[in-house]
Amino acid sequence: MKKYISILLITLVMGVGGCSKDSEFLDISPTSILNTQQAFSDPAQVLSILADLYTRQLDFTSFNNGWTSFVDFGESFPSDGGAYGSVQNNTWNYDSWRTWDYAYIRDLNLFIRRDSASTALSSTDKTRFMAEARFLRANYYFEMTKRMGGVPLILEPLLYDFNGDPSYLRKPRAKESEMYDFVISEAEAIKNLLPANLIDRSRASRAAALAMEARAALYAGSIAKYGANTAVVKTTGDEVGIPASKANAYYQIALKAAQEIIGGTAGGYSLYKNKPDLSENFANLFLDKEANNKESIFIEDYKVKTAKVHAFTTNNQPFSSGEESANGDAGRINPSLNFVQTFEKLNNTYAPIATQDASGNPIYYDNQTDIFAGRDARLAGTVILPGTSFKGQQVDIWAGYKLVDGKVITNQDASKLTALPGTSSPVQVLGKDGPYNGNANRTQSGFYIRKYLDPTPGAGSRGTNSSTAFIRYRYAEVLLNAAEAAFELGQTAMSADLINQVRARAGLIIPLKTSEITFDKIVHERRVELAFEGHFLYDMKRWRLAHIIWDGTKLSSDELVSNIGKSTKRNTQPFGLWPYKYYNPSSPNNGKWVYDVVLPNLVTGARNFQFGNYYTSIDNNVIAANPKLVQNPNQ
Amino acid sequence: MKTLKNKVVKIHIFLLFSILTTTLLSCEKDNFAPPSLTLSGKLVYKGEPLQVEYNQVPFQIYQYGFGKIGPISQVFAPEGTYSSLLFAGDYKLTVSNATVPFRWPQTVAGKPDSLTINLTSDKTMDIEVIPYFMVRDSKIVSASGNVSSSFKVEKIINDANAKSISKVVLFINKTQFVSNTDNIGSTSLNGNDIVNINNINLAVKIPTLVPVQNYIFARVGVQIAGLNSWVFSPVQKLNL
Repeated sequence: MKKYISILLITLVMGVGGCSKDSEFLDISPTSILNTQQAFSDPAQVLSILADLYTRQLDFTSFNNGWTSFVDFGESFPSDGGAYGSVQNNTWNYDSWRTWDYAYIRDLNLFIRRDSASTALSSTDKTRFMAEARFLRANYYFEMTKRMGGVPLILEPLLYDFNGDPSYLRKPRAKESEMYDFVISEAEAIKNLLPANLIDRSRASRAAALAMEARAALYAGSIAKYGANTAVVKTTGDEVGIPASKANAYYQIALKAAQEIIGGTAGGYSLYKNKPDLSENFANLFLDKEANNKESIFIEDYKVKTAKVHAFTTNNQPFSSGEESANGDAGRINPSLNFVQTFEKLNNTYAPIATQDASGNPIYYDNQTDIFAGRDARLAGTVILPGTSFKGQQVDIWAGYKLVDGKVITNQDASKLTALPGTSSPVQVLGKDGPYNGNANRTQSGFYIRKYLDPTPGAGSRGTNSSTAFIRYRYAEVLLNAAEAAFELGQTAMSADLINQVRARAGLIIPLKTSEITFDKIVHERRVELAFEGHFLYDMKRWRLAHIIWDGTKLSSDELVSNIGKSTKRNTQPFGLWPYKYYNPSSPNNGKWVYDVVLPNLVTGARNFQFGNYYTSIDNNVIAANPKLVQNPNQ
Repeated sequence: MKTLKNKVVKIHIFLLFSILTTTLLSCEKDNFAPPSLTLSGKLVYKGEPLQVEYNQVPFQIYQYGFGKIGPISQVFAPEGTYSSLLFAGDYKLTVSNATVPFRWPQTVAGKPDSLTINLTSDKTMDIEVIPYFMVRDSKIVSASGNVSSSFKVEKIINDANAKSISKVVLFINKTQFVSNTDNIGSTSLNGNDIVNINNINLAVKIPTLVPVQNYIFARVGVQIAGLNSWVFSPVQKLNL
């Protein structure tokens, strides 16, 4: 009986259930996925979609790309067993620095379309979200253009109609100038839709749009002007190369956009001057995320105890005080002497770091830092110099004892003690922080990087990591962009005034005269102010200096210390400066410091930037799929 | 004991069987013969080989008719030679890099022209090009720790496409790769400072060789202004 009842029940349920229409039965909305309409119904929901688009922005150097994105180009030495390539290879591959993220472009285009189609959002929210997505799209197209030249400018989500022939979706490359025109016109269109004076610097603001516009217009202007020096770097369709006649118009746009920020209409931005010690102030600019850091305009933000943290400090802090040194993480980015000696003396002159006097005898210094005295405060703010401190602990950088005959007493292992000649008690003969050729994770150039290094307790440990922000646009760069544009337009008085603001903040309080504003000075100022911020390669590319300063010719130490501050100065190999303790008990100089200019012996290559490196190659698979694309020149 | 033995035998039979099956099933259909035809030759100007920089003078070979089109990218060797292992078929060879040290013919549309190659058997094909410059009559000798050279530079292209000399350089190296990036010593003379291109003399001191070797390689090169590419004299091995 029981059996019958259950069979009956089953039949009944099936019968009742089977009554609903097939379409209704099969069409069940998923409970774990939001459809487009639902997703774009709530501002918090839309913001989380936008947050994903923000994180997918691409930078040249960034904490997401790892520490290696900060090295190379003669400006630093990579002290890591697996990463000596940048000092051992001569050429860069033609696909170096490639980006082709049309999936990201598509998601941005879809976001813009869906945001404007939404009916549930308030118009204020809609407008701001849309402007932010357009900012991100323009900024990514700008990044693509810097690397690839003109690319297909896709401003709508492309849809395939499944007719069997997708060739109608093939788009040719835009002209390089059209790419910059697009970035400029987008910035102009959205600047008033974005909030001014935004406290949250990780979101797009009016100043961010204007800073992007100024930088893009400056790039376009300089490619137009200096591209004339490299006649072979162009394509017949102008996908690469901008006619020289357009240079002035671009410089004017750059100057105007930068002046809007300087004039204050985008919010109250100013140079960071919150610490009395100028070097500490400069280092702190990159650590301070509070609202009173009025210099940062647009940042990539990080937060501890979330997944969004970075290991920059873990990877690059000095070995002796690093939390993870025993585990193989420390001391990787070692700024080069090429870079360190570029910082001016306080009287606005260039001078090599003095290791010898005029007659060729070594100079003996009482204190390790004396050799760097009287220079641009940004030097100690960007680089950890021998004898200075990080996290309150003095770094231990010295390569050994130097005897009267020039012989060096050292030991690869700093903890192994060695007796000096004529003594019996063994002593330490190598700094715990290096330098010794081949000792990875310790400096091999004699310097550590200070910019971005986070002294917060735990910031250098793998478990916690750091949350310092990466600044993408900052006020000092806006000033330098304006100064360069003004200089190129012949307004040198204005240029001097702008550049002097940046220099005064670094302790160079003797203002440059109008006559002292030269192209070389502008190149120099950007190199020292914006070091390790992802500008150097692009600056050298847009000025068409890259093939001159990286010409594949090895550098001698005599050549290294001459012509400092010249924009065409060769920079193919990173040199180091090694401190030694002088040992000669009978001399008054005993125990003082002497220095040697050295080429770390792992530096075997000499960088050779070819004409084909000015624009990264497009993947052959991409060209095979879309024959309308032309390859970049000289590859 | 007996059962264990049986088991072992069974496993052996099973293994043998698997190997046999694998061998039988891997028929030749999915095993293509590798490319076997050699296309080789060298860059020549009036029959004389062009000496170029290692890894810096690229060319591309295309084969059409298989859907996806992409270049087989290669470079000319320092002696101007090239060699490719290919399947039989129709190919096109082109040089798309505008910075090479010779003029590659252009189509009317201003695109690089191409050579059509029908490959049915091994083929040697020299490519006749017109270089901007040639190094002539180079004499390189070593004496008492120095390498000295004397040579002429002949300017081949004199029309609107003419280029000027950026510099002439004598390079020495421990290996037969001798160029701007691969050298242990060099002496250069800027193009503007050349008094007579028919009589150029350069000398360079040989640095200490580590480890010691009793020979050295040397050649002289001309760098072309605006292109940064080089033409060289043949590499010479000098006994010390």
